[in-house]
Amino acid sequence: MASGNRSQKTQGLGLIAPPLGYAVLVMAAPLLTILAYSFLKDGYLTVIREFTFDNYRTVWGDPIFHKIMLRSLGVAALVTLVTVVLAFPVAYFLSFVVDPRKKSMWLFLITIPFWTSYLIRVFLWKVILGYNGVINSGLKSLGIIEQPLTFILYNVNSMVITLAHAYAPFAILPIFIALEKIDRSLLEAGRDLGESRIMTFWRVTLPLAMPGVVAAALIVFIPTIGDYVTPALIGGGKIPMIANMIQAQMLDLDNRPMGSALAVTAMLIVAIMSLIFVALNRRFLRVKQ
Amino acid sequence: MTTTSTAEHRARTATAKPMIECRNVQKYYGDYHALRGIDLTIRESEFFSLLGPSGCGKTTLLRTIAGFEDISSGVVLIDGQDMQDVPANRRPTNMVFQSYAIFPHLTVAENVGFGLRRDPRSKAEKAAAVEEALAMVGLKGYGARASHALSGGQRQRVALARALILKPKVLLLDEPLSALDRKMREQMQVELIKLQRQVGITFVLVTHDQEEALVMSDRIAVMFDGQIAQLDGPEALYARPTSRRVANFIGVMNFLPAHVLGETASGVEVDVPGLGRVEIPMSNVSKSDPGDEGPTVGFRPEAVSLVAPGQPQQSRATAGVIDEVVYYGDMTYYDVRLDGSASADGRARPVRIAMRNVFGREVQDVGTRTNVSWSPGSLVLFR
Repeated sequence: MASGNRSQKTQGLGLIAPPLGYAVLVMAAPLLTILAYSFLKDGYLTVIREFTFDNYRTVWGDPIFHKIMLRSLGVAALVTLVTVVLAFPVAYFLSFVVDPRKKSMWLFLITIPFWTSYLIRVFLWKVILGYNGVINSGLKSLGIIEQPLTFILYNVNSMVITLAHAYAPFAILPIFIALEKIDRSLLEAGRDLGESRIMTFWRVTLPLAMPGVVAAALIVFIPTIGDYVTPALIGGGKIPMIANMIQAQMLDLDNRPMGSALAVTAMLIVAIMSLIFVALNRRFLRVKQ
Repeated sequence: MTTTSTAEHRARTATAKPMIECRNVQKYYGDYHALRGIDLTIRESEFFSLLGPSGCGKTTLLRTIAGFEDISSGVVLIDGQDMQDVPANRRPTNMVFQSYAIFPHLTVAENVGFGLRRDPRSKAEKAAAVEEALAMVGLKGYGARASHALSGGQRQRVALARALILKPKVLLLDEPLSALDRKMREQMQVELIKLQRQVGITFVLVTHDQEEALVMSDRIAVMFDGQIAQLDGPEALYARPTSRRVANFIGVMNFLPAHVLGETASGVEVDVPGLGRVEIPMSNVSKSDPGDEGPTVGFRPEAVSLVAPGQPQQSRATAGVIDEVVYYGDMTYYDVRLDGSASADGRARPVRIAMRNVFGREVQDVGTRTNVSWSPGSLVLFR
């Protein structure tokens, strides 16, 4: 029996080996390159092969890095909050209200935004939110405003709106799956034991949906923090996030060691933040349904 | 075992005040008529069962009492109070769900204490109440355990403790034993009866298992197609079913065609091919369900017995030939063709006879001629 298991295991490993090897290679190779670069010295236009911690010292001491990193974390946290808070009711509606036979159609509709490229969607938000965009010209022609609204373009608000829209399906799907897994008789039990619908939601539905919420938050938070396109287009380039700063170091200033150190530092910070978030929610993640 | 005997308990509950009253309860799901005019009174402290095949409406009826389903028309009263506008969370009922519905994110103690949130008692008093409820169901000291680490029987006990701690007027049980294995189920049946006598709460059990209903209930409502077919105590239900359908659903019954000869002062005189002329007492005559086959006489396999010629017998005996023998260890089932019971096609339909295998009595062989001994009191007539 044991040998049978082993041979099955070998067979399984053999099957996944090619894609696994490919995935490790294309993920590990660039990561290792970046890591190696971050410990090297920058000569103007070249990289000097000499080990140093100077890049990290500079990064950690740089007030601009502090500001941009904090802004990136802040924007990503805000986007995550907005996305998850907006996605939850959608997922709840899908799971609890929509006729089971129509659920797949609804899921299909939710993925429609993916049919156009991310870049185009971001650009379209610019058209909607812009100085002479759909919202401003619409409100102006209706006589509701005289001057264009400025709080919706080239600032953090517009970035949050754009990113929250872009990541909505990523947040809806894991929450939907978590809600689908909840045994409906648990909700009846909550009511049966004397709780109103709202309290049953609070004491039963929400805790059981938390694994989905945590997954949604991470799926939104991690890529958002490194988003490059939205700050460049919607932020008008005036409010760079960490990805823009890395890009500037890497390409504009051609300081690859410094850019790499920035990237590694940002990655560490994101990893630590994510681990803290998971640790805070660990009691929800341990639940076996 | 229990402080009061079953007979005492039943005598007391028979005159107790009504706890649940259903008056002409109708329930439609779209075009589907799930409950077709249920009239029912369940008394205080009674162990009441709703028994029927799947789809008969028994679970729907339980859920309308719990408040999870609205009724289309009719009235449901609990302890004299109309439940029309009372939501599930305000009803004096608690439920043990078929899946037990144990909250997976809470410990055993948190599950049991779930309904105590608005209880004005102090934290320590509530904890003591939880511990007491756990002890009552035999789970003392399990409070800190994670709920997913429990076995099926333990989950069932947690569900019971969680409901009983709130001291409801009615405990509703939706097929609570169906997920347990046979040994566990039999053990839980006994424990549930004990528990019910101990707490004195009205229990309403939904089950499709006739044996379970017979073992536990004070009274049983047998349901078919959204209607109550018969409502009686276990013994009456088994001995004197009022329709062939009920007779068939609860245990096994032999049916023989009968010709009604006439009524006498004490019963109905019939002629049954194979049994001869017999007077069936009025208490065993049911007029509700003649069916397509005309008047029929029925009897249970264990109400008659096989006797070798010359041995002592009940009041009447009929000769026959053993057609089939099925040996079950504690019981043997014989299929016997009674002499003179041949139907139109010339073949006699065998009747099933159950004999307990006792020491010294040999199992008979196929083809043996034998006497079947019976008495008129064990026959029921459907006319």
